[in-house]
Amino acid sequence: MNKAMLDLWVGFFVAIGLAALLFLAVKVGTMSSLSNADTYVLQARFDNIGGLKVRSPVKSAGVVVGRVSDIRFDPENYVALVSMQVDDRYQFPKDTSATINTQGLLGEQYVGFDPGGDTQMLKPGDSIRLTQSAVVLEKLISQFLFNKAAEEPATTKK
Amino acid sequence: MLTKLAAGLRLLGRSVTDRLWRLGFASRFLLATLLYSGMALRRFGLTIREIYFTGVLSLIIILVSGLFVGMVLGLQGYDTLQRFGSASALGTLVALSLVRELGPVVAALLFASRAGSAITAEIGLMKATEQLSAMEMMAVNPIARVVAPRFWAGVVSMPLLAALFSAMGIFGGYLVGVQLIGVDDGIFWSQMRSSVDFGDDIVNGVIKSAVFGVIVSWIAVFEGYDCEPTAEGVSGATTRTVVTSSLAILAADFMLTAFMFRGA
Repeated sequence: MNKAMLDLWVGFFVAIGLAALLFLAVKVGTMSSLSNADTYVLQARFDNIGGLKVRSPVKSAGVVVGRVSDIRFDPENYVALVSMQVDDRYQFPKDTSATINTQGLLGEQYVGFDPGGDTQMLKPGDSIRLTQSAVVLEKLISQFLFNKAAEEPATTKK
Repeated sequence: MLTKLAAGLRLLGRSVTDRLWRLGFASRFLLATLLYSGMALRRFGLTIREIYFTGVLSLIIILVSGLFVGMVLGLQGYDTLQRFGSASALGTLVALSLVRELGPVVAALLFASRAGSAITAEIGLMKATEQLSAMEMMAVNPIARVVAPRFWAGVVSMPLLAALFSAMGIFGGYLVGVQLIGVDDGIFWSQMRSSVDFGDDIVNGVIKSAVFGVIVSWIAVFEGYDCEPTAEGVSGATTRTVVTSSLAILAADFMLTAFMFRGA
């Protein structure tokens, strides 16, 4: 095999190898969105965060507007302190409420923002006052069963 | 009785020190290869030639295996996922398992048996036919002239081959999942994109394959250089290359995975 042919083949090999890497980067994966965009931090306290994790999405009206950046236990109030990085392009009113929702029945959990009607906007570092904790499915089921069991004697008396 | 025991102990001791000695020699050899790799970079044509033999000639087996592994993942993944009503996660399953694990590991295993064994056999035969000694006589350092270009060719080829394997596998999964079974096209890609992260998954996969490239090339050139200069020695060295590098790849994969994907 002559040298030019060899170079050609190796060039072809390197080119399609790099093309495969590019395909993986562009088509298969996403650059961690918002990691280089400008963000500001909001905090919220939840009684129970369920299965929320760092890097879980923050959504408003179903659109991803940020990511959870830190989850900590607040030892003074015995609640969870969740820090979120929210995209600079989006501002939320002061009376926005944060809830922890689940995608589908068993899907991953995310923080949902429901904007209120206040004219003042949340500033970087602010805390969201109105929060609603995650729904823990097991608790719900046990409550339901408990109620059922309590009802049972009443119905048999009739 | 006692002499038999002593003989057994002596044998054990010798095999342990023998292994340790080989490990030390292999490390020294790697250091020498890195030290003398100036020539492989200056006369890049030598390395290009070796990339042709290790990389380009491994293309077919890597591409075809990648395609089939992806297609099997598509079939098996769909079969399991649809029991839980989440066939839409097929794209995620195929992409994550390929990019994180199967791409680098299977490509490295194939590379070890396709290219690593060839490198060992070639260097071993050069040693058996005293070509290496002849080079030394001509004041050409065989490590710089023969070993280093092959080593670097393996290191360069491996990440590219692993990326091709993953890309081909995802295409195979797409063929089976979307074209054959009928998972929705848009959902397949969008689910994949939303859960595969460039930094966490793809870059770590590339790092893995680069590490495997170093491991396989190192073992291949060392076994070739160290082999007994006989026909038997060469065949034994070739076998050892495949066995040792396969085990080393899997062990290294476990360690790298433990570091990289410990979960958030």
